[in-house]
Amino acid sequence: MSGNKEEEDPRINGIKTKIRVVPDFPKKGIMFQDITTVLLDPKAFKDTIDLFVERYRDKNISVVAGIEARGFIFGPPIALAIGAKFVPLRKPKKLPGETIFEEYELEYGNDRLEMHIGAVEAGDRALVVDDLIATGGTLCAAINLLERVGEEVVECACVIELPELKGRQRLKGKPLCMLVEYR
Amino acid sequence: MQTIISPLLVSHRLSLAPSVPRLLNNHHRAPPSIRLSSHRSTNSLRLFSSAAAAAASASRDSEMATEDVQDPRIAKIASSIRVIPDFPKPGIMFQDITTLLLDTEAFKDTIALFVERYKDKDISVVAGVEARGFIFGPPIALAIGAKFVPMRKPKKLPGKVISEEYSLEYGTDKIEMHVGAVEPGERAIIIDDLIATGGTLAAAIRLLERVGVKIVECACVIELPELKGKDKLGETPLFVLVSSA
Repeated sequence: MSGNKEEEDPRINGIKTKIRVVPDFPKKGIMFQDITTVLLDPKAFKDTIDLFVERYRDKNISVVAGIEARGFIFGPPIALAIGAKFVPLRKPKKLPGETIFEEYELEYGNDRLEMHIGAVEAGDRALVVDDLIATGGTLCAAINLLERVGEEVVECACVIELPELKGRQRLKGKPLCMLVEYR
Repeated sequence: MQTIISPLLVSHRLSLAPSVPRLLNNHHRAPPSIRLSSHRSTNSLRLFSSAAAAAASASRDSEMATEDVQDPRIAKIASSIRVIPDFPKPGIMFQDITTLLLDTEAFKDTIALFVERYKDKDISVVAGVEARGFIFGPPIALAIGAKFVPMRKPKKLPGKVISEEYSLEYGTDKIEMHVGAVEPGERAIIIDDLIATGGTLAAAIRLLERVGVKIVECACVIELPELKGKDKLGETPLFVLVSSA
């Protein structure tokens, strides 16, 4: 499976119309996809979570990893509904215990994603969740972290994809599930 | 104000074995140190260690004369929290909730305890403080049919914002919320994983009050009562699951 949009589900349009596009944030030329407006609509937020839960509940997922910070909004409700652990993947120096990190490229310079050691057990089946996939750099770092500790990353799940940035190709062959495309 | 909130009447003392979450190298981990909260004005589902309970019962017989009301889910939640000494700096015993999130029962119970409390209180807004408030707030919001409003550090929210400054040990910080996220007259709860000095929660309260929202309660998994964060919250009540000293 190389990527799968939830097609035709009538809930998708309701979610899409709630996403607010903010031009020139954080800088000129970027059309920022603001999901906070989805969160203000209880039905749209619930539908978002339900769509992912329906997809993953019978797939034996034991770990949902969410990328700071907006992955923390979508990941935990999915984890709770499917009975999986939630693992936060964080910016440097936020996690208090012993961590491993993975570096990834930004437009200018690098950043790091960290995970607690011992959070997951080798052989867990994991999902990585974020609100949006752009270049795929952060998601790729997340996949690397999980694989380094012996996880099987089953899929990446995002509410929004910016397909022109081709992030889907940077996921080490892992499939991507997204709900809404923005071109 | 009641400090004991539970429909269950349980008279046994809870003995807290410092159970080790199935985790890693524990040379940094001290067992969770949890003792009887002496702050009677916080609503909490208290957790007792057997030694503390014995001491408390000797000194405060009249308060302990009634049944100890203790939701049985609390023990598991409390024991799933990992304490990390000297993080982020020496002397601080950091309360790490990431281990709670790895315990599916404990995480589910944590959310359930808050949902049970708020579901019939006509709450239309759950405000969560970045970033750990983003983990607990949304599941509660979803379960009670409320909006989730993220309250963020500066420059993270893309739209027009209102901000509130608050003091840190050295200097100040700001918390921000989108304009238009909430409407006057809405009833809100504010969620964070922990209340320490109360500075961030107090700023969140002020921010919401400025736009006419009524804050029904602040809700945290953990309270550090010695830091007296509750005193910063003014009229707003505080509800916590675990009091940790």
